[in-house]
Amino acid sequence: MGSTNSTLLKIPNVEVLMQETGFSPAHIIRLHDRFKALDKEGRGHLCPHDFGAIKELAMNPIGDRIIGAFFSPGKETVDFHTFVKILAHFRPVDKDRPKEPNSPEPINSRSNKLKFAFQLYDQDKDGKISRDELLQVLRAMLGMQVTDEQLESIADRTIQEADLDRDDTISFEEFRKACKHKRFTMFRFCIRPGERKLMLTLCHWSSELQDQHEL
Amino acid sequence: RRNRFGCYQKSKRMFILVLGLLVGSLMPLGGASGSPGSGTGQDECKKNNGDEKNGNKTTKKSFPVLSLNYENVRLPFEISLWVLLASLMKLGFHLMPRLSSIVPESCLLIVVGLLVGGLIKLVGKAPPVLESNIFFFYLLPPIILDAGYFLPIRQFTENLGTILMFAVVGTLWNAFFVGGLLYGVCQLEGTNLAGVNLLSCLLFGSVISAVDPVAVLAVFEEIHINELLHILVFGESLLNDAVTVVLYHLFEEFTNAGTITVTDGFLGIVCFLVVSLGGIVVGAIYGILAAFTSRFTSHTRVIEPLFIFVYSYMAYLSAEVFHLSGIMALIACGAVMRPYVEANISHKSHTTIKYFLKMWSSVSDTLIFIFLGVSTVAGPHEWNWIFVVATLVFCLVARVLGVIGLTFVINKFRIVKLTSKDQFIIAYGGLRGAIAFSLVYLLNPKHFPMRNMFLTAIITVIFFTVFVQGMTIRPLVDLLAVKKKQETKRSINEEIHTQFLDHLLTGIEDICGHYGHHHWKDKLNRFNKKYVKKCLIAGERSKEPQLIAFYHKMEMKQAIELVESGGGSKLPSAMPSTVSMQNIQPKKPPQDRALPQLSKAREEEIRKILRTNLQRTRQRLRSYNRHTLIADPFEDGLDEILIKRKKMKELEKKISQMNNYLTVPAPPADSPSVARARLASVPDRFPPTDPQAWGLKSVTEIPTIKVELVSPQNPESVKVVDEFSKKGSQPKGSEEEGGLTMRVPSSEKQRKDKTPDEEPQPRFMRCLSDPGPAAEDEDEDEPFLP
Repeated sequence: MGSTNSTLLKIPNVEVLMQETGFSPAHIIRLHDRFKALDKEGRGHLCPHDFGAIKELAMNPIGDRIIGAFFSPGKETVDFHTFVKILAHFRPVDKDRPKEPNSPEPINSRSNKLKFAFQLYDQDKDGKISRDELLQVLRAMLGMQVTDEQLESIADRTIQEADLDRDDTISFEEFRKACKHKRFTMFRFCIRPGERKLMLTLCHWSSELQDQHEL
Repeated sequence: RRNRFGCYQKSKRMFILVLGLLVGSLMPLGGASGSPGSGTGQDECKKNNGDEKNGNKTTKKSFPVLSLNYENVRLPFEISLWVLLASLMKLGFHLMPRLSSIVPESCLLIVVGLLVGGLIKLVGKAPPVLESNIFFFYLLPPIILDAGYFLPIRQFTENLGTILMFAVVGTLWNAFFVGGLLYGVCQLEGTNLAGVNLLSCLLFGSVISAVDPVAVLAVFEEIHINELLHILVFGESLLNDAVTVVLYHLFEEFTNAGTITVTDGFLGIVCFLVVSLGGIVVGAIYGILAAFTSRFTSHTRVIEPLFIFVYSYMAYLSAEVFHLSGIMALIACGAVMRPYVEANISHKSHTTIKYFLKMWSSVSDTLIFIFLGVSTVAGPHEWNWIFVVATLVFCLVARVLGVIGLTFVINKFRIVKLTSKDQFIIAYGGLRGAIAFSLVYLLNPKHFPMRNMFLTAIITVIFFTVFVQGMTIRPLVDLLAVKKKQETKRSINEEIHTQFLDHLLTGIEDICGHYGHHHWKDKLNRFNKKYVKKCLIAGERSKEPQLIAFYHKMEMKQAIELVESGGGSKLPSAMPSTVSMQNIQPKKPPQDRALPQLSKAREEEIRKILRTNLQRTRQRLRSYNRHTLIADPFEDGLDEILIKRKKMKELEKKISQMNNYLTVPAPPADSPSVARARLASVPDRFPPTDPQAWGLKSVTEIPTIKVELVSPQNPESVKVVDEFSKKGSQPKGSEEEGGLTMRVPSSEKQRKDKTPDEEPQPRFMRCLSDPGPAAEDEDEDEPFLP
């Protein structure tokens, strides 16, 4: 554990980071390695084109949105802390964590996860997914194989199904309700003993279980 | 109250009558000796003898007007009678809802089997036994195919690790625990079971430890448990077939051989891998063949379902030839071919397949349970208290311990931990069934002298699990408040968000540099889209994204529902649904309909008629024809339809005339600027952005061509035109005219007849092969107006 300790010490404010995000030291080290691998020029922070260099991400239909989620509005770089904090959204929910009434909601709570996903839809950050934004998402996911009319029909139907207050946009609450009965696949980090490689295992949980623990 | 009681009495009476009739007709059935196999053999002999005798006779008889020759048709007659009995029983149970809500169907069927068997025995004949051949080749495949074809792939693959653990490790544990402990019991002093050696016990243990898919399906279907538990228990029952097959053959061979070595044990493990993977590969090959065949069936729609059934059955039989796991082959075949086949076959074939599978699996299921009952009466039995009770106890204990132990290990790797409630249901749902019985029945009495005792013990365990566990699981589920299945329909929201999240998680995985579940799934999807779909799906459908296919399916379903219920009032918010219904362009155009090839204009006409009729009030559809989605000209709306048709024809004529001119007389109020102003001011359901912000479609820049063929300028119609051009769609009817055409909303005239607050002009659809509006934009940039 000596080497891990020394690596940990190199990262500034690592204690705060671990507490905020809930990652274990091994996870933090692993993410730090990845961060350094992505930061080819060794500047200590990442730019959009560092993310763009990831080949598979470029093929992802919503790749640019995901990259955009890492950069807060106005900032051009991502430092390690922000990097880890964003990824912390994808940790599984700690069911055993005692609920202190005064502490802020943990990053990986269900509603924060949903908020993260919601923000990817809602590019202009007005708190609602407009029909336009939905059309853009659909267009990104479906490519050029679909005609505009079909896209519009789908978008209309989607809004019609989810929109409860009839304002033709999907607010966060409506989004939440629409996601109520589905599966949310989020994954967790775990370290196999003896290996420094990060093994991410995927499991899914059905949202009903979560409803009992939160809200 | 009296009515219900009377109904109940009536149905009970009817049921008893039916039962009595059937039993009476079954007398000749039982009268024929023993199992059908040996029966036909005897018949042949008799016939031959009879022929010979006739040949020798020289005296001439008078011509027989009416003669009885039952022996000819005996076999098919018997089979049909049994099937009829099974179906009538099923019918009867549903006439008595109170009974079927307490007792699961499987129990009732076994009781019926017992009764029938008892009656046959009373007559003095030997009741037929459930022959293993009949069971494995005719009764089991439909049930498994039904399960495999409709297997929920996503849940299955997500829980695959857990399912495999239960199926493989759990079954092995059960087999050795039960077998070993039984051997220990047999060695005890008090029993006279010393003749049972270790291998026989192990064989017996391996047979009885397998959870049975038929029984699980029969019971779990009625209790509507949540999807996770359902797929866990059901998946386990399907996948443990490989383990059972291997263990069975292993111990059978060992009993013949007499000695075991370590290499044999090692070979057993290899055999397991070969059996399971081989079965899956065989199934996958046949599945791909079926998918490929279905690509070419567009001209012979009628036999499409046949291909599906025959290929699947061949997969099962081919796997059985090599002693591979037939069940896994069948599941693999169904699961592999389904996405491609469903893209290729017609809607009706899909319905046919679904209903045939359900029908066959239902009849099979019923017959299996009835035969179990009859076989119980038939025997032969050898009752040994200690052995039977020991078997029962050990089975239950092994199951519980196995589930608890495995869950402890599995929960370390799962995010959704299995709670103790879940564990209880999984343990309790481990029902045994007819597969175990048939496997023991197959045993050679020479090698296994205690076969009858095994049979008795197995039947006891099966009865216990089906009756006691099957009956009590429903109240227990309610008592423990286990989550039930969510009866929500899949919505388009779900689809979109699921896909979106998949992309999101794949992206996050890529950022983390991890090759996880999503990464590989994404790669598989890409490979699928690029190569496989092109091969296996016919024509244009191969490029259709999954979301669109799902969407079309949904819309089709909704359209059918709407037309069947015949209410415009059912449209929740009329706009998108009717709009979307326009987009149900049949991908394979007129073939699915009973009408011959239609020109596009006529198609459009008919669609308009359908749409307008759907918006009307309720009186509908007494004359609805199930064979076409197109409404016949209904009695009441006929005149109106004719008028509209005439108007449209006039309009089209005028358009074709207009084509000769490049300008149209436009009333001044229709100048572009004014129209644009009106465009901007139209109160919208759309977000209040100006048209330029609609970056997606350049079509919105359609210049406001206000071709006014209707001379009295009607603000209403202009408004319609505004919205029409705003949405940028164009009528189908005018597409046929090439070159510079005016975009006339041909249904504009229709509009006038409607009430103003009816939904704005529904869009016309495009089929996938249309170039899309973008291609035609250039034309429209020409200024039409002076």
